Amino acid sequence: MSPATIAAPSATRPVTFADHTRRYLEFLGKALGVATDGGWLFYGWMTLLTAVALVGTHAWAVQVRDGMGVTAMSDHVSWGLYIANFTFMVGLAAGGVMMVIPAYLYHDEKMHDVVIVGELLAVAAIVMCLLFVVVDLGRPDRFWHLLPGLGRFNFPISMLTWDVIVLNGYLLLNLHICGYLLYMRFLGRPPAPRWYVPFVFVSIIWAISIHTVTAFLYCGLGGRPFWNTALLAPRFLASAFVSGPAFIILALQVIRRLSSFHVGDGPIKTLLNIMRVTILINLLMVASEIFTEFYTGGSHTSAARYLYFGSHGHNALVPWIWTSVAFTVTSAAFLLCPKVHEKLWMLDIGCVLAFVGIWIEKGMGLIIPGFIPSTLHEMVEYLPNLTEWQITAGIWAFGLMVYTVVLKVALAVFTNQLRHS
Amino acid sequence: MSDAMNQDVTPPTGATTRRTALKAVGATLGAAAFAQALAPLTEWTPNLSVAEFLQKHYRELTREQMAEILTRLENEARERYGAEVSIEDVPPADGVQFAYALNLSICIGCRKCAEACHRENNHDRSTQQSYIRVLEMEKGSIDLEKGTADYDHPVPQKDKFYMPVQCQQCDRPPCVSVCPVEATWKEKDGIVVVDYNWCIGCRYCEAACPYHARRFNWSRPQIPKEEVNPVQAYLSNRIRPQGVMEKCTFCLHRTRNGRLPACLEACPTGARVFGNLLDPKSEIRWVLENKRVFVLKEELGTRPRFYYFFDE
Repeated sequence: MSPATIAAPSATRPVTFADHTRRYLEFLGKALGVATDGGWLFYGWMTLLTAVALVGTHAWAVQVRDGMGVTAMSDHVSWGLYIANFTFMVGLAAGGVMMVIPAYLYHDEKMHDVVIVGELLAVAAIVMCLLFVVVDLGRPDRFWHLLPGLGRFNFPISMLTWDVIVLNGYLLLNLHICGYLLYMRFLGRPPAPRWYVPFVFVSIIWAISIHTVTAFLYCGLGGRPFWNTALLAPRFLASAFVSGPAFIILALQVIRRLSSFHVGDGPIKTLLNIMRVTILINLLMVASEIFTEFYTGGSHTSAARYLYFGSHGHNALVPWIWTSVAFTVTSAAFLLCPKVHEKLWMLDIGCVLAFVGIWIEKGMGLIIPGFIPSTLHEMVEYLPNLTEWQITAGIWAFGLMVYTVVLKVALAVFTNQLRHS
Repeated sequence: MSDAMNQDVTPPTGATTRRTALKAVGATLGAAAFAQALAPLTEWTPNLSVAEFLQKHYRELTREQMAEILTRLENEARERYGAEVSIEDVPPADGVQFAYALNLSICIGCRKCAEACHRENNHDRSTQQSYIRVLEMEKGSIDLEKGTADYDHPVPQKDKFYMPVQCQQCDRPPCVSVCPVEATWKEKDGIVVVDYNWCIGCRYCEAACPYHARRFNWSRPQIPKEEVNPVQAYLSNRIRPQGVMEKCTFCLHRTRNGRLPACLEACPTGARVFGNLLDPKSEIRWVLENKRVFVLKEELGTRPRFYYFFDE
């Protein structure tokens, strides 16, 4: 404010559009500064992630040029590691809601202080989901055919169009909520509840919807008995509410060590209590599916037989699924042990095991057996090849970069290092 | 370790300039590396014309636009495959409902139909692609689990029967329902088609099909120019682009012009019957009225237009 305007006190002068723009640009500029500034640990971490992301980018460019034939997928197993990771990432995005519910529905004040860590995870996870879909497209250049209005959007018949809507909607909701709260904090103003509380409640329902719709993608297919079960959507949710809190517990501990942002024990304890329930529900549902499949028998259950025990000499997925079962069961034992409250390493190991266990269960253990045996009962196996691992690692690296950067900005705002001058 | 991620946001001026300069160098290097990583895309885009990129959905094209597209596709076939081809857009006729029937009692499993499909529909040579898979089944069971498509011995074997499977041209096709961009649909004569220039290659239809009838172009089809079948249609056997779905179209470039499907003509035993369901004097009607026919996976409610029957 220049001295010439002293006569008119700034408090009464109406805030113009130009003021808003200037302030918002200041916010973005400072955020960019914070996002690219840090110690050697930060630069090393980001350089590593950039390198991995570049390897993935190159592998994808080759895949677009030479065709999806450079992957290990085939007409028999036509979805592979990409869609497996996509499915898992939708769960991770939905899992963040397990911080939002205690914070906003149960007014857990301590959770409220750190809830943005979960909401930002949703942003990064959805970005990864969208990338996993794009790299799975045979013709990414025709992506615009999917845009409502421009292309031909087969809504509401195709569940994939529902998924496009719910995933992008969830991304926008979380961007708005996080963006608004951070910006208000940056300005030093209390956020107006009407500009974010309704969106938070919508986002709670929306989080459930993204994983439900993603389950409907698969369970609506009558020709794939392994997926064609009403338990799929509930199982998706239960496992999402294991993997999401597991990741957030680990992220909160990293934040506690590496920044001055205060993370109390309360939120971690709450998330642990949630996981103690959800991991058991998830195991119960797995057991229920296994019983139904194996007690019934018959050709409808041949995919489950192939997955768990191998069939006709084909057993590529057997080590995967038993690793998942072992990890999830061990994790449940660790998390339910009363000592977990005192011994942090038990909690950490429990979270890592649960995360990896669910990643297998919702990925390789769910998508691939849907195709084996094929609809004509041919046994054609699939294991991802180097190209698929490179592209997948690239997307994970990019997602972690996004998460690191948005967290860094958010923590700088919350610790008042980044504010309006 | 504390504060390592948020170290010192306001360092002294000299350090700031140096740091900003380093950031700029880092950003430039990163951008250059990114461009280099994406370089293979430049070797791909020459195959893409602006006209193709902007091309509208099949059902939104005017007659003139379609004529231009067909000329463009014929030119592409000449440039990329060295083949002189003629591509037409042949519409379905009124009063025609196509259906297929197959006599399992006399099929000997010779796979001549699959081979004819391979040549007729300009399939990729290296993968031996075909829309037809022939299953060798155990007599006494129509359980697909007991069949195999990988048999490699003289046919017919005693105690076996043979069941060719191709697109069933369902009346309630799951592949059409799941397509997010309406790139596949059922025509009024009952044939399910794909607009190869609209498909985005998500392969959801391939997951949805209960009959393994759909194929994906995992790479650009390779065919020697002298083997290219020059009689082509937009919605059927023109050489497909890389990265899109394809499927059996009952050879619509033949059948909509009064001819029979290539697989039927190739069958040495006469096991295949094709025709118009609305024609009371057609052979297909006689089969449906006089034989005990069945369809595959009837319990799924897809209502196939492909019928199987036994003589005895």
